[in-house]
Amino acid sequence: MPAKGANIQARMRAVETSAPEARAPGGSSGVRLRAVDRTYLGRRGPVAVLAGMSLHAAPGEIVAVVGPSGCGKSTLLELICRLQEPDAGTVEADPAALMPQRDLLLPWFDATDNAALALRARGMGREEARAAAGPWLDRFGLAGFERSRPGELSGGMRQRVAFLRTLLAGKPVLALDEPFAALDALTRLEMQGWLGSLLAREPRTVVLVTHDVEEAVVLGDRVVVMSGRPGRAVAELEVALRRPRHRTDPEVIALRERALEALGIPR
Amino acid sequence: MRAEVRLWRAAGRLIVSWRTIVILIALVGAWELYVDLGAVDALILPPPHQVAQALYDDRSLLWSGFLVTAEEIVFGILLAAAASLALAVSLHLSRTLRRAVYPLLVASQAVPIVIVAPLLVLWLGFGFLPKLIVIAIVCFFPIVVTTLDALAAVDPDLLKLMRTFDASRPRTFRHVELPAALPGLFTGMKIAVVFAPIGAVFAEQAGSNSGLGYVFQQAIPQLLTARAYAAVFILAVFAIALFTLLTLAERLLLPWAYEPRGENPQ
Repeated sequence: MPAKGANIQARMRAVETSAPEARAPGGSSGVRLRAVDRTYLGRRGPVAVLAGMSLHAAPGEIVAVVGPSGCGKSTLLELICRLQEPDAGTVEADPAALMPQRDLLLPWFDATDNAALALRARGMGREEARAAAGPWLDRFGLAGFERSRPGELSGGMRQRVAFLRTLLAGKPVLALDEPFAALDALTRLEMQGWLGSLLAREPRTVVLVTHDVEEAVVLGDRVVVMSGRPGRAVAELEVALRRPRHRTDPEVIALRERALEALGIPR
Repeated sequence: MRAEVRLWRAAGRLIVSWRTIVILIALVGAWELYVDLGAVDALILPPPHQVAQALYDDRSLLWSGFLVTAEEIVFGILLAAAASLALAVSLHLSRTLRRAVYPLLVASQAVPIVIVAPLLVLWLGFGFLPKLIVIAIVCFFPIVVTTLDALAAVDPDLLKLMRTFDASRPRTFRHVELPAALPGLFTGMKIAVVFAPIGAVFAEQAGSNSGLGYVFQQAIPQLLTARAYAAVFILAVFAIALFTLLTLAERLLLPWAYEPRGENPQ
């Protein structure tokens, strides 16, 4: 497993990458939420999901958001992607593409068509979209699986196709919703390393929501810790560490402990 | 190549499982014995060997009847499928329409086809058209329901994803919702295959001079019960054949629907 990951990373280093549509035109602002409230109407009355949530991600910055389950992390991403509007407060964000928690690949499309879905959603023809996505599949370690349907791919491969689909949407902001939560522990480690080296070459503004504190520290430039519902930011940790980072680095471990402490989990 | 072999094996399993044959032989044997032992008059319940004899003796009559009925059934199901797909899509896309029309659809199925069939013949004559319409009426409801359910089962997160990709409603429909609806369409058609012969027989009995339903209707007063049973037998075999054909078509056209879902559990 680690050998396979290293192989992919080596190949990614070897191929010169270029972003499909790099940044938002004009002055990009990244992502900024100010004192956002969001309440749903539940079966037993209103449920406050977010209350006074603030968050900032500068252009090109990777912000990892951790919090207990049900703290409104997914709502946060939908606000950033403009799938929802806040009840109070403001959301300013460059256009964002969502990578949902489950891969949600279309079973009737092969890997290439799935990766190219965002292109076709914009009206690009099938052949053109496939041609555009083709080289990226190679860079993502999916060579030889271009025509495989999702059912024929491993969990890690599916997640890479799903990530590529989000990347090819060409949005300056990537909203990643626990992208590796559904993977087994080994594949998750491999994919975390893979994503880290990919984002080093393809810098984007990333808001990465996760319940894995270690993942947050390894991948994020900054870690935002959220409270339980209704969610708000209770702590922020700068991760000024060199990349690539490893979960066994003493600095990573120290930061992980601080994040866990902020989450209220005793050592 | 391997896929082809798998396909034929699947078809084989559908048509002839040895268990099915054992049960069939037992049933036919019991039937034969029951009549032969004199429990019932052979004119009322002809024994299987007489039905087989009728199948052979009346083969040209039955064959020409079968051709008429088969054409009605095939085109009736196709008409129902086309109408159902269009209706299911419209109902899916418009909540107002769904609220307004769905109850009417359900109500339409409560009207007995036995009553509707003669009225349609009265209105449209003895030809092909009233049969087509009766069969389509009997068949369209299950197809609408299964197609509509498949459309409604599309993951809402997938629709959200398409929105973050700035997909227009028609493109989301084309790439995401329509393909998801196709297995539902096939399921509905497979259910319809069982109803279609009933509709065909009612329609033919209501007014016609050809078809297996007509053969059946003529045979009973003449006490040619073996011939009537032979007609029923042909309809049953035809229904099995259509069902198998649809299953094969689905496997060929929608192979992804038969693969493991290929999605991370959660």
